[in-house]
Amino acid sequence: MDFALDSGNTAWMLMSTALVLFMTPGLAFFYGGMVRGKNVLAMLMQNIFAMGLLAVLWAVIVFSLAFGDAGDAGFIGNLDFAFLKDVGIGGTSSEFLSFLTIPFVLFCAYQMTFAIITPALITGATADRLKFAGYATFIAVWLVLVYGPVAHMVFGGGWLADMGALDFAGGAVVHINAGAAALAVILVIGKRKGYPDEPMPPHNLPFTVLGTGILWFGWAGFNAGSALAADGIAAQALMNTILAPSAAMLGWLLVEKLKNGHATTLGAASGAVAGMVAITPCAGFVGGMAPIYIGFGAGAVCYLALGLKAKFGFDDSLDVIAVHLVGGLFGSIVLGLFADPAINAVVTNPGVFITGGGTELIKDQVVASGVTLVYAFVVSFIIAKVIQATIGLRADDEQQDVGLDLSLHAETAYSN
Amino acid sequence: MKLITAVIKPFKLDEVKTALKGAGVQGMTVTEVQGFGRQSGHTEVYRGAEYTVEFVPKIKIELLVDDGDAEGIVDALAAAARTEKIGDGKVWITDVGAVQRIRTGEKGPEAI
Repeated sequence: MDFALDSGNTAWMLMSTALVLFMTPGLAFFYGGMVRGKNVLAMLMQNIFAMGLLAVLWAVIVFSLAFGDAGDAGFIGNLDFAFLKDVGIGGTSSEFLSFLTIPFVLFCAYQMTFAIITPALITGATADRLKFAGYATFIAVWLVLVYGPVAHMVFGGGWLADMGALDFAGGAVVHINAGAAALAVILVIGKRKGYPDEPMPPHNLPFTVLGTGILWFGWAGFNAGSALAADGIAAQALMNTILAPSAAMLGWLLVEKLKNGHATTLGAASGAVAGMVAITPCAGFVGGMAPIYIGFGAGAVCYLALGLKAKFGFDDSLDVIAVHLVGGLFGSIVLGLFADPAINAVVTNPGVFITGGGTELIKDQVVASGVTLVYAFVVSFIIAKVIQATIGLRADDEQQDVGLDLSLHAETAYSN
Repeated sequence: MKLITAVIKPFKLDEVKTALKGAGVQGMTVTEVQGFGRQSGHTEVYRGAEYTVEFVPKIKIELLVDDGDAEGIVDALAAAARTEKIGDGKVWITDVGAVQRIRTGEKGPEAI
């Protein structure tokens, strides 16, 4: 096989890998600020531990399940790359990935950072009430049974991509996937003790704003890195990753101000993250003013989706459903309005609002989003049920009262 | 001897300390406390969910003074702590039976 390493592309992907890796500690602070002070270390631990466990698991088997070239446009990859076999500093024998101009081991490392943060996103929904051993088991099994197949179907040459669905950086693979899993797990473990009667306000919003900044910074690598090259598409993706969260912040704050009377700091941070989520599937496929429309819409829609948990009576502690599931669905589907072949030649069915466009893409997007949602929800529900029945997943009432930091980790974050 | 206890707004602490030093006070004990009076609590909103915070943060000051100084010090404290808005707090005087300076063993007014 011919492999021509491009040093410009390689340099950008080295950088992007580091950027995305930084997002998980950023997420830890985004979430950590929103929980109560007695549970902040447990939240930071769940996120930092995901880095430890999932990086190793990715190398052992999940990279192969996601990107092993089964060659059948199917459901899951083969085991060609298990234990990093043939994952080296040159190219790859995989037909599907033969376009890469970066070392194959760098592609593996870059994708690994996505596999780390995706299960970590779930921890916002389950905040304040997960046992540590149950959590660790859940994310390990989930990475194998849910993330691997979904990443293969959408990113790794599987059938959803083959059908024509588009997902630039993980609207389905990351956000719908994690959001649906979050919904399944919270239905299994139930509400936090005391919810909704006891007040559970955030304990440190400066952490949350700091985390938002880190996430946004890292998201540049997440979206612009998904071009897998230092090219015009990467540049467009970077621009979109600045504009959409900005517009989403405005959309969220506008609705918040109209409905509640105040524009809040937490609202600005949450709106920006909703915009990052929504632009993720679209980042390298849309241009011009489209990221502003997508972001503004996502900010408003995700704010309104906050009401879902009260309406349906589930306890999504930090609103992962409203921000990641709804934001991911919103972005994935509106891509069918704005996808533009002038930005990216991969777009063969232009969006509804683009010259020569039609509704073909939007249908594919709905199918891909729906399949991801249903698959992730069902399998996550089963995994969570089995863990709950065996080693236990929900922290008991006393552990929740004392706080997870002390009861699970024998530590406290603050001196009083 | 008297014990003066005051509960004041936290941002008034510096002004009160300066006023008390000006009135000849040699020492005081300051504690962060929470509670409610007529001011009651306030409402906070996070992602559209409203929380009523019943206990408001306040500062409690305690100081020991001679019988004859108590009235003047309380007036100085109250003047410094006053904003004329609800929540300014309270100050009160309690009789103290015995006081000892731990370092020297001095007792009574000598120990103040």
